[in-house]
Amino acid sequence: MLSTLVMNEGVAKATTSFPILSALILIPLFGAIAITLLSNRRPEYIKLVAALVSVGTGAMSLWMLAKFQTHEAGFQFVSQHSWIKAWGISWHLGVDGISLFLVVLTGILFPLVILGVDPHHDEKRYLGWLLLLEAGVMGSFLSLDLFLFFIFFEIVLVPMYFLIGGWGYDKRIYAATKFFLYTMFGSAFMLVGIIATAALARRDIGYLTFDLVKIAEHATFATNTARWLFLSFAIAFAVKVPIFPLHTWLPDAHTQAPTGGSVILAGVLLKMGTYGFLRFGLYLFPAAAVWAKPVLLTLATIGIIYGAIAATMQTDLKRLVAYSSVAHLGFIVLGTFAITSQSLTGGVMQMVNHGISTGALFLLVGMIYERRHTRAIAELKGIQAVAPIFAAAFMVVMLSSIGVPGLNGFVGEFLILIGSFETARWWTVVAATGVILAALYLLWAYQRVFHGEPDEANSTFKEITLRESALLLVFIGLIGFTGVFPKPMLSRIEPSVDKLIEHVESHSSYKAPVHEVSHMTDSETPSEEGK
Amino acid sequence: MLNLIWLVPALPLAGFLLIVLFGRKLGEPFAGILATVMTASSFIVVASIYFKLLSLPSEERHHVVKLFTWIPVGGLHVDMAWLVDPLSITMALFVTGIGSLIHLYAIGYMHGDAKFPKFFMYLNLFIFSMLMLVLGENLLVTFLGWEGVGTCSYFLISFWHTRDSAATAGKKAFVTNRVGDWGMMTAMFLAFSAVGTLSYDGINHAAANGSLAAVTATGIAMMLFVGACGKSAQLPLYIWLPDAMEGPTPVSALIHAATMVTSGVFLLTRMAPVLHAAYPWMGDVIATVGVLTALFAATIAVAQTDIKKVLAYSTVSQLGFMFLAIGSGAYVAAIFHMVTHAFFKALLFMGSGSVIHGMHHEQDMRRMGALRKVMPITAITFIIGWLAIAGVPPFAGFWSKDEILLYAFANNRLLYFIGVLAALLTAYYMTRQVIMVFFGKAQWNDHAEENGAHGDHTPHESPWTMTAPLVILSGLAIAGGVMQLPFSNKTHWLEHWLEPVVHHAEANIEGTWASDNKWLLLALAVVVACAGIAASIAVYAKGRAKPIEPAILADAWRYDAGISALVGGPGRQAFDAVAAFDAHVIDGAVVGVGTEVRAASGILHRVQSGLVRSYAAIIGLGAVLMLAWFLLRGVL
Repeated sequence: MLSTLVMNEGVAKATTSFPILSALILIPLFGAIAITLLSNRRPEYIKLVAALVSVGTGAMSLWMLAKFQTHEAGFQFVSQHSWIKAWGISWHLGVDGISLFLVVLTGILFPLVILGVDPHHDEKRYLGWLLLLEAGVMGSFLSLDLFLFFIFFEIVLVPMYFLIGGWGYDKRIYAATKFFLYTMFGSAFMLVGIIATAALARRDIGYLTFDLVKIAEHATFATNTARWLFLSFAIAFAVKVPIFPLHTWLPDAHTQAPTGGSVILAGVLLKMGTYGFLRFGLYLFPAAAVWAKPVLLTLATIGIIYGAIAATMQTDLKRLVAYSSVAHLGFIVLGTFAITSQSLTGGVMQMVNHGISTGALFLLVGMIYERRHTRAIAELKGIQAVAPIFAAAFMVVMLSSIGVPGLNGFVGEFLILIGSFETARWWTVVAATGVILAALYLLWAYQRVFHGEPDEANSTFKEITLRESALLLVFIGLIGFTGVFPKPMLSRIEPSVDKLIEHVESHSSYKAPVHEVSHMTDSETPSEEGK
Repeated sequence: MLNLIWLVPALPLAGFLLIVLFGRKLGEPFAGILATVMTASSFIVVASIYFKLLSLPSEERHHVVKLFTWIPVGGLHVDMAWLVDPLSITMALFVTGIGSLIHLYAIGYMHGDAKFPKFFMYLNLFIFSMLMLVLGENLLVTFLGWEGVGTCSYFLISFWHTRDSAATAGKKAFVTNRVGDWGMMTAMFLAFSAVGTLSYDGINHAAANGSLAAVTATGIAMMLFVGACGKSAQLPLYIWLPDAMEGPTPVSALIHAATMVTSGVFLLTRMAPVLHAAYPWMGDVIATVGVLTALFAATIAVAQTDIKKVLAYSTVSQLGFMFLAIGSGAYVAAIFHMVTHAFFKALLFMGSGSVIHGMHHEQDMRRMGALRKVMPITAITFIIGWLAIAGVPPFAGFWSKDEILLYAFANNRLLYFIGVLAALLTAYYMTRQVIMVFFGKAQWNDHAEENGAHGDHTPHESPWTMTAPLVILSGLAIAGGVMQLPFSNKTHWLEHWLEPVVHHAEANIEGTWASDNKWLLLALAVVVACAGIAASIAVYAKGRAKPIEPAILADAWRYDAGISALVGGPGRQAFDAVAAFDAHVIDGAVVGVGTEVRAASGILHRVQSGLVRSYAAIIGLGAVLMLAWFLLRGVL
């Protein structure tokens, strides 16, 4: 079946006829299979295959980025093939400004994790699961068919479960089971929702189909039906994000997961939830999403403050970073449901930014654990005195996470807030206090871990190695570049976001605020008289 | 020429990057020399731009130089651009000018420090951020600098990070500043939603032509003022500044006296048309907070014994004067005082640093005394700084403080009298400091003998890299007043220079009683300064009366301690309660449901201990069952 899929590729809108999106999913999938088949006696081959596959996928995602048409709002590189005809399920993939950078982020993070972080045992199975995970994540971000999306969304759980359960820390089984059951519980609602959506959309479309674009553009649901359907999806995504109060699986999963797992979990897995809200919430059920706005804005704002407060009081460094994710993702949900050009563009950008900065924070915490075999803040002290470069790297990543201008985190956070202020004024004013708390919990943690006179246990803390600095330099480079020059990213995200907002406006009573573009005309700058 | 403005921030940025890359190789003193040269070159560029601007007619002294588009999304369009006008160039001149002197001074002061290159790396990054702050064409570029100086201030205060008090002070400064940043961000949100732009020109234009509603203008002004209170250490957010003295002394001079703390005053002046469009009570709020801060901090300074703490509270107090000016509509006077204050306060801080250096890191004034004999240059320059801050004519501080009090009188006489009281205390506590440090009996002899180390512990004069900046600054502290003398309209030089920036927002006091009797007010100011000095001499030099230094003043009215108790007590308990709520109630519910379900169902129990394959099977089974249900219902 797969071979026919790949062979029949061709409807791609963009300039290439190569089925690049299918390849982004299938290459890591085949890589995972290949690793399973390889003999355990030659571990270097296994590592080589995993490295080649992940680097190849990453390179391909960058190639796709290069070929992406900047001002095109619709889906690009589309590939569409009938799969299960009887049920109207198709292999429908496409990428637009909303998913573009999430796909690229996935493409970049996996090779970094595979090359930069070694598992402690059983490399073969570890790498196999990681590649399967990559295929699932790619599929989730690329699917334009409800059923296909569900399959990928669920596939992701299995490797993640095994990664936490197999390579995690002392309470890994508890954490993995909690993660699996909690997410599963959410997905069950979504499955019902997907089937009901397709079934109900049949009346408007005329035949049964799970095609996202067809249903979103052509089907209309009764007001109450749409709300129920929206809720069924929303629960699945709310657990995945996670949104308060459905977040408690996250600190356990993050803390117990191996470093690589944490990076992927924070970097891309959580984004499946926020991305889902955009793609399968706002796009599929615009009127219902607008109806649910106040609740989600409120939960997002609570999450921002609550997550930050909880983070402040954590005694485990990794758990602190995990709670900071709850706060950060609250910002993204706020931006999503404020539904303005700035807030949504900022939200999409922040998904990527959070992946970079929190991913890097987990790497750094992992490096601390490697050296000290503890994550307890109380047992760490004065590291800056013995490992200044390591401390500097931590500092840059931390400032990005705090949202200091000039670094990536600020651009997304600021866009979210300035956009949200227009449609959700008081929520935004409260949410903006989250920036105070972010400084509080991170700086306090930094002080306890890095400042002060190192005690005996910390006085031999090893300075950053060459490999670690190479790994972190990639992250720091991205942090700096997008902070100073976010335009290439914004100009690719915005057209799709604006199209989504138009879609919401035409399918609901919602009207986004409009500003006439008021900025300096080029004739005014730079002034000639000044020469 | 004006387009060369990009060089101004680029030079210190280049210095920063070079030290990041080669700092260790450069080492001492080359890293310091590099950083100093970069800042000084930046000063030269600013100076030449200044002269170019001066040669233009005043209505043409306004240029926007765009580098690139920073954040363009929908109606929001933010450029990385600089605004070259009299205000930004005035700020840039004294930031780079005084900055260069402080860099030079730091080469001497930081001599022998293990992290010498790193110190200059931070200093250059700070100068870059400060220049972005003052040169920004829009609120967001200013905010970039605003947060940048805040971050650098954090690095520099906690520079000696192995000391717990330094680390805590740095964190406190950053977090308190963030409270202010929240205000500034909210102001930006409001401005964008009302005007659709963040550029100063756009917002100020809307405010000036009346298209900005008074209520919105008040909102923006209020939130900007919250931001200014954080950065410029006003009540109730001033608490970080006295603690910031944990940083090396050049840092105190650069950041916590001359440059960063004045950014709030700058911001409000930049947005003067918005303040003007706000409800009139907004000005009263600003003036009242300012003058109360001035008095409050002055009372605390009276009882401090740490040489730098006196100056820290004095800075808070002087900044209060600047806000009194802003609130009274005297923007020119605020900038005037900001500049003269930068001269004499940088001088005083570096003088105190020279004393600390000479005293082998002793900061307690009770162990000093008679230092004028061993540190003549430091003593003379410090005395000039003292006369300037005390308001003795013809030193710089006299003219600027008087100008503020003049406008305050025209605006609100009660605030004027509070201001005069604060000025009296200023003369008093500064005289006290000069007497304790440079006059009277040498207390360090006994101290040195106690330690049993004779020769080594004799105070000594500092090297030329430290004294040269003191001499230059003392010249400025003497003559700085010439930029705005009250004799005739012609001598109002600064006012004419800044006129295009503040124009109609500046209060007009012509014809008021204050304006008609300004010589009387001037004379009164001289009397007040002399009275303060005389009282202090009577108490501390002649011993005619016992010093009044109640513990509550030494303890800063217990305000800081109260805040700490609140944050450390109920604040922390509340945070703990949230964390406990999360662990026990929210997660407890989740775990509880899980346990209940497991207990209720033996099947599930077995499944849970099994493999994920079983779950996959269950999903499949569930899907099939659901499909069957739909089929039976006839939906499909």
